[in-house]
Amino acid sequence: MTDIRITGIPKEAGFGDYVALLKPRVMSLVVFTALVGLLVAPVTVHPMIALTGILFIALGAGASGALNMWWDEDIDRVMKRTRNRPVPSGTVAPGEALGIGLALSGIAVVMLGLATNLFAAGLLAFTIFFYAVVYSMWLKRTTPQNIVIGGAAGAFPPMIGWAVATGGVSVESLFMFALIFMWTPPHFWSLALFMKSDYSDAGVPMLTVTHGRPVTRTHVLAYSLLLAPLAVAGAFTGIGGPLYLATTLALNGWLLVGAVRIWRRDEAEAEADRYRVEKGFFRFSLYYLFLHFGAILAEAALKPYGLGGW
Amino acid sequence: MTIRAEHEIHRRRLGRNLGVGLTLAAFILVVFGLTVAKVSQLGERGAFAHAPPGAMGQ
Repeated sequence: MTDIRITGIPKEAGFGDYVALLKPRVMSLVVFTALVGLLVAPVTVHPMIALTGILFIALGAGASGALNMWWDEDIDRVMKRTRNRPVPSGTVAPGEALGIGLALSGIAVVMLGLATNLFAAGLLAFTIFFYAVVYSMWLKRTTPQNIVIGGAAGAFPPMIGWAVATGGVSVESLFMFALIFMWTPPHFWSLALFMKSDYSDAGVPMLTVTHGRPVTRTHVLAYSLLLAPLAVAGAFTGIGGPLYLATTLALNGWLLVGAVRIWRRDEAEAEADRYRVEKGFFRFSLYYLFLHFGAILAEAALKPYGLGGW
Repeated sequence: MTIRAEHEIHRRRLGRNLGVGLTLAAFILVVFGLTVAKVSQLGERGAFAHAPPGAMGQ
């Protein structure tokens, strides 16, 4: 009997591939920072409204991730770090990613507006626009300052969380924005230092590609020097306190030590130990942000017991 | 090669359909919960504040 061999069946996406389209790891950071912004605001929100708010902020972030994946398909296909994503791997068609991104953006913004307030919804819409259009379509391929300005997109979630509760902006929510905004460059540039040829292969004008690694090392140090005093100053806003101050002093001391070590190294040294310091700094930067927001949350949680805040 | 009725693609489709179904069910629950929360807040704020005095008692 002759075997029948069916070939050319297109790859068919499972549900998990659509979830991956929404960049769940980025979403988890968005959920955490937005939740902190919402919980530390001086206005109590009904738990169901808070849950809905966070859910749709996360969905909006996921939608912008899908739009980014649609637009960056050509770049993602080249880079090792991203070539297994659903669109470049061919599991999800680019048009489908665009459709999902646009539909989910609309749902997230409208639902956030209905559940909470128009200001929060407007801020979410602006964040999606900023990430998908300003960062992905414009800055990413044109300037080595792409992640500096584009970092604003990742910095908005705690502001949206705060806006869900209060309906506005304050020094505290601006501080949380500034913290993530200033944290983004050293975080990404330390990653770029050990990603080797990924960005140059893809033609993305990352600082390592356009200005070289020594300049990037100097930039990591410079932005860390700017970030540290800002993070410490947050201790003296309405959401800071002694616990936050102790946490931020320790973390920023560590940050500066790491940044100086990166700055003092050259490529031969980094190659010799396979970018151990750079990788360590990158990992630490994730804890850095998580612990800062954790300390802000702890200050708010301790307030009812007379312990949090000044 | 035998032709099997069940192919890996069918499993993926089932998983995808279940995922979409559950997501829609969760969305309905969220909207329902949100409605309950909003209506209960209206009650707290005095939803009938616009009614003329005594209207609620009739």
